[in-house]
Amino acid sequence: MTAEPVGARSRTGYDAETLAALVADAEEIKGRYPDPRSGLLPLLHLVQSVEGYVSRDGIVFCAEQLGLTAAEVSAVATFYTQYKRHPNGEYTVGVCTNTLCAVMGGDAIFDRLSQHLDVGHDETTPDGSVTLERVECNAACDYAPVVMVNWEFFDNQTPESATELADRLRSGEQVTPTRGADSVCSFKQMSRVLAGFDDGRADEGAGAGGPTLEGLRIARERGWTAPGGEQAGAPGTPRVEVTPETGTGQSSAERKPTTPSDDTGPAGQADAKEGDDD
Amino acid sequence: MTDPLTPVLTDTWDAESSWKLATYEAAGGYAGLRAALGTDPADLVQLVKDSGLRGRGGAGFPAGMKWGFLPPPDGGPRYLVVNADESEPGTCKDIPLMMASPQHLVEGVAITSYAIGCHHAFIYVRGEVLHVYRRLLAAVREAYEAGHLGTNIHGSGFDLEVTVHAGAGAYICGEETALLDSLEGRRGQPRLKPPFPAVAGLYARPTVVNNVESIASVPGIVAHGADWFSSMGTEKSTGHGLFSLSGHVTRPGQFEAPLGITLRELLDLAGGVREGHELKFWTPGGSSTPLFTAEHLDVPLDYESVGAAGSMLGTRALQIFDETTCVVRAVSRWTDFYAHESCGKCTPCREGTYWLKQILHRIEAGAGEAGDIDVLLDLCDNILGRAFCALGDGATSPITSSIEYFRDEYEAHLDGRGCPFDPARSTLFDDTPQAPPALAGAGGH
Repeated sequence: MTAEPVGARSRTGYDAETLAALVADAEEIKGRYPDPRSGLLPLLHLVQSVEGYVSRDGIVFCAEQLGLTAAEVSAVATFYTQYKRHPNGEYTVGVCTNTLCAVMGGDAIFDRLSQHLDVGHDETTPDGSVTLERVECNAACDYAPVVMVNWEFFDNQTPESATELADRLRSGEQVTPTRGADSVCSFKQMSRVLAGFDDGRADEGAGAGGPTLEGLRIARERGWTAPGGEQAGAPGTPRVEVTPETGTGQSSAERKPTTPSDDTGPAGQADAKEGDDD
Repeated sequence: MTDPLTPVLTDTWDAESSWKLATYEAAGGYAGLRAALGTDPADLVQLVKDSGLRGRGGAGFPAGMKWGFLPPPDGGPRYLVVNADESEPGTCKDIPLMMASPQHLVEGVAITSYAIGCHHAFIYVRGEVLHVYRRLLAAVREAYEAGHLGTNIHGSGFDLEVTVHAGAGAYICGEETALLDSLEGRRGQPRLKPPFPAVAGLYARPTVVNNVESIASVPGIVAHGADWFSSMGTEKSTGHGLFSLSGHVTRPGQFEAPLGITLRELLDLAGGVREGHELKFWTPGGSSTPLFTAEHLDVPLDYESVGAAGSMLGTRALQIFDETTCVVRAVSRWTDFYAHESCGKCTPCREGTYWLKQILHRIEAGAGEAGDIDVLLDLCDNILGRAFCALGDGATSPITSSIEYFRDEYEAHLDGRGCPFDPARSTLFDDTPQAPPALAGAGGH
């Protein structure tokens, strides 16, 4: 690494103006992390916001920014499904075809859309407006079947509503997510937000849809609440102590993790899953 | 005795502009942080241990104990990383939480960071939820502006920076060490453990990785006390949790209840299985947890009881399937998912999920043979416990459990017979009974 500005000798094919803007954005991204390499995922979203996919120039730019080889950046870019290696349409229409949505109608929706648009998975209509995808579970199962347009939620879809949605997108009309911003932005604009550049639209849209509030609605109706603060926990009956000291037989510090570890990762079985962790 | 539903995290979700800081503060938000800043950090760790809070991301590991595993301060940085990569099939609790009330999480991040001595925390949210990412960015910004984050928070001398980071589409990044690699700008592949993240996590520094709901539960514990939290739930599975009902149920949605509630009770609240149908199988905690059937309706949904009944509480992702659903199709599709999301690092998972998928596809298509079911079980036996992380184990759960309960249904597909189910009947839109033509127009629907 040298102190010389990267832009001065970039091997990318970006014009000077584009490059200068990218370099400024990259500086901001790298500044968010103790180690600049942590900025690689946002940097890839950023370059995707320029050309609508992660191009050769995008790869080279990220490599130059982080002092990596193009191969190292490509290895990361190809691991994640949101990075496209060929030009994407203006709108990604993703139909959830993981089990629950598929069973509830996602398969029928995908088939109808595929037929209607005459494209298959990860293919783009000739006019460049729509890229159709099968997507995995997007954490909206209580709104199944779900369609995502540029990763905004379109809940409770049918083959008819989805084809109408696609037609509106192709004709350039604005569409409004069920839960999300007031309108769907372009794939490039979305990629820029995912790079961490706020577009100021967080206050658009609702906080929750019906299913999200279903349990709360019932609780309100029946007067059910959480216990009322400190007093609520039966006074005088201390809870059984369950915090073993580290190093004792019960401590998990010394215990071999059960399969999934305690973290849950994805998968896990034992836990897991979700990814979560914890 | 607590009420059947106990709204804590969900309590502000129906408010106007529920995601705004002002809404959260009007409902008492950030009282926990103010209380925490006047408390010794070690006492906060003890408080969370005493509450019995267990990880809400699936594993159920005690959160306070996890925090307690950090080595003593050595002057270098320590990190908190929130796992907001919610991707387990069926799991849909953290995303609506962050959409409706991201401040619950941000306050939890501030308190937890103070408790563990962290000055830079990260929220790693999956990239496929654009508006949720916007809400998180805005929530963190609002919290900075109000002095809940930043330098010298509320005059305490405590500094905290929070970075919201979007992933890019990879289920495996929900595994905590894969998440850390991803956050370091690498392919999201799990790390060998030990060392655990508590010892060598982000940038090889001591790190706590916790799920969104776990961290969001912390402010309530600090504000109301450990006894308040543990007055909900069971002795070993304390507190409130989000239960997510989806699938063939009349009114799907989020139900925040004490751990230990049963599916029968939840289904009653949700209007039951959709009209005219009956429960066939369900997942207690996402697709990686072995299937349950109607015989498990009364299993208390706590870690111990679900485990004793042969599955796992997981993420309380209750996916409900009725009798119109072909279990082979359901499992085959989940297997496609695991094969697609296998990171490729270890052979049992990479190759195993690939072969599981091939065999399930041919069974579903009617091209399976008598020995295929046993080959599936044999493959699962070679993956379970031999994969590098829990993804491989999870891939076997739906297969082995479905064969246990529905072996005859697998057999019905074999030898050219194919699937006996009509997939249209399982959908929400093709199953509406059509009025016989003779009655059409005869008044009333």
